[in-house]
Amino acid sequence: MLKINNLHATVAGKKVLDGLTLDLPAGQVHAIMGPNGSGKSTLAYVLAGRPGYEVTAGSVSFKDQDLLTLAPEARAQAGVFLGFQYPVEIPGVNNVYLLKAAFNAARKHRGESEVDAFEFLELVRIKMRLMQMDEAFLSRGVNEGFSGGEKKRNEILQMLVLEPALAVLDETDSGLDIDALKIVAQGVNTLRSPERSMILVTHYQRLLDYIKPDQVHVLARGKIIRSGGSELALELEARGYDWLTQV
Amino acid sequence: MSGNAQLEALVSRGYAHGFVTEIESDSLPPGLDEDTVRNISRIKNEPQFLTDWRLRAFRHWQTMREPEWAHVRPHPVDYQALSYYSAPKIKTDGPKSLADVDPKLLETYAKLGVPLHERARLAGVAVDAVFDSVSVATTFKDRLEKAGVIFCSFSDAVQKHPALLEKYLGTVVPQADNFYACLNSAVFSDGSFVYIPKGVRCPMELSTYFRINAANTGQFERTLIIADEGSHVSYLEGCTAPMRDENQLHAAVVELVAENDAQIKYSTVQNWYPGDENGIGGIYNFVTKRGECRGRNSRISWTQVETGSAITWKYPSCVLKGENSVGEFYSVALANNYQQADTGTKMIHIGPNTRSTIVSKGISAGHGQNTYRGLVKILPTAHGARNFTQCDSLLMGTQCGAHTFPYVEIKNSTATLEHEASTSRISEDQLFYCIQRGISAEDAVNMIVNGFCKSVFKELPMEFAVEAQNLLAVSLEGAVG
Repeated sequence: MLKINNLHATVAGKKVLDGLTLDLPAGQVHAIMGPNGSGKSTLAYVLAGRPGYEVTAGSVSFKDQDLLTLAPEARAQAGVFLGFQYPVEIPGVNNVYLLKAAFNAARKHRGESEVDAFEFLELVRIKMRLMQMDEAFLSRGVNEGFSGGEKKRNEILQMLVLEPALAVLDETDSGLDIDALKIVAQGVNTLRSPERSMILVTHYQRLLDYIKPDQVHVLARGKIIRSGGSELALELEARGYDWLTQV
Repeated sequence: MSGNAQLEALVSRGYAHGFVTEIESDSLPPGLDEDTVRNISRIKNEPQFLTDWRLRAFRHWQTMREPEWAHVRPHPVDYQALSYYSAPKIKTDGPKSLADVDPKLLETYAKLGVPLHERARLAGVAVDAVFDSVSVATTFKDRLEKAGVIFCSFSDAVQKHPALLEKYLGTVVPQADNFYACLNSAVFSDGSFVYIPKGVRCPMELSTYFRINAANTGQFERTLIIADEGSHVSYLEGCTAPMRDENQLHAAVVELVAENDAQIKYSTVQNWYPGDENGIGGIYNFVTKRGECRGRNSRISWTQVETGSAITWKYPSCVLKGENSVGEFYSVALANNYQQADTGTKMIHIGPNTRSTIVSKGISAGHGQNTYRGLVKILPTAHGARNFTQCDSLLMGTQCGAHTFPYVEIKNSTATLEHEASTSRISEDQLFYCIQRGISAEDAVNMIVNGFCKSVFKELPMEFAVEAQNLLAVSLEGAVG
């Protein structure tokens, strides 16, 4: 699904990714953990193609195509979804309107016909029940006045609707209480399938109690310094990162 | 490309209405003196009262100076270098019907998307088309006449309804009101006239389409709309002009009168040529619009979408005299590239229990400067008056400006006023968020801007709302890129 090879990237001239290599097969969920400033969010943004995140070397292939040559909206249409760490507010733009535009952009990209408002509403309602979200959410401005937890839930709702091939969730668990965390995890788990891969960027082992990753990677100073099974996360929880980074 | 560069590139597509129609015209030579005023009046075969009225305005205008209080910086206008009258040459005495209208003119309006042929009946909108200084065609006259509605060019009204004109002209916007209104009163050439008789609900939307074509001319039209007791009318106006390197002056006056229980809804989509991306050329849109709610329970509602003009200076206002009368102002103003907009409204509460609503949405992009200027005045007689004002600014990029000057004068302690204001920016974060969901940068900006303007667009008649959205999209093209 996703093959990252020796990826180097800079932000505002500063080197952040320094030879990152990662292989994410279809159907797998990988967790990426690591200390603050290790490049986790940068990796997420580089994959999504955020302006200002400069790739200086290396390659990324997604479904056997060169991801880095695609424009950011084309990546999204091809099935790359980024769950933002801090989802932005867009006042005046209805949640459901944005979601429908995104949904139809992807359909158009696949050569499918656009769905109308009624059909779409049906679809969204089903997903909203799963996320235990009130229908009033739909007519509110995108993330406008949402609490931190509501914003994160909204990200997962969008993911459920868009059904991406690759989801990169950037600290989706931060700022969630335990109930919200369970709902978010449930949303993620329903989407797990043999055709879909996910990257969970997280600081805490807690999320991995609810979403069982196939692999856990430790990112430090812009590269992956250790990989293992889910037991690695437990070890990190107990011992911190120092024993790895000071080697 | 950084997000900001993207934003800036998306706010600049070309101006679609910038063509010039090659048509012979009769024009007065440049220059302005009493003879010019007399000439205009003579060409239009006006009764003596109107000639005198114009001359009084001209004499007063000579004592006035251009206003300097607005937050706009026009180049000096040489009033002696302008031609004050330009009309497409007419072979006969004037078009009796659309068949007599020069095909080139019909073509011009077709190109602008304004069908003058009545076979465009489905549109259900009666149009008065004003080309430079004269009205070239008014559609659906017969059907309107059957309902008792008078909808004709101002010149026609002078000939056919002089008594109505004499009764109402200048009673809402006095000649000496301001520099530009006074100039207009002296040299106005044409415009639209509407009279809705008692108890009549106008059977269709009325609209005027203004087109400046000739170079070095000013356009000075006047619109007068009278809604008699219990009547109801919705009126739309649209404006375009060719692309030229010189600034052209457009100084119009619009007067509305609503008697007891009457309602007037006046919508404008203003898309005069805004000048190029370096601020060269464009229309100076210096317009005085005012409505008077004379009767009890009357209502006047202004909705404007101002995307064009190099400089916009206009404050569509309501004088709320009648008890329980209502004034409304809904505005979207865009200033892109080097455009300057200083616009807003005045709500003058005189009668008891008068109410007013102001919703202003200013969008600034490029080097644009956008100013909201508003006055809410509650007179001692206006017991129980209420006003709600909402004033929002949206900034795109880092070179533009948004300014707000809300004035409030309250002389009655029973009044209730609310004021809300906000300033926001289309951020790179918002843009990238939408793009990451697969939406193009351009669509994302349009979505965000339309979301911002939603509460104003919903006040527009349906077909205009769509046009306004598209226009905004075109006007913002290149602001992100």
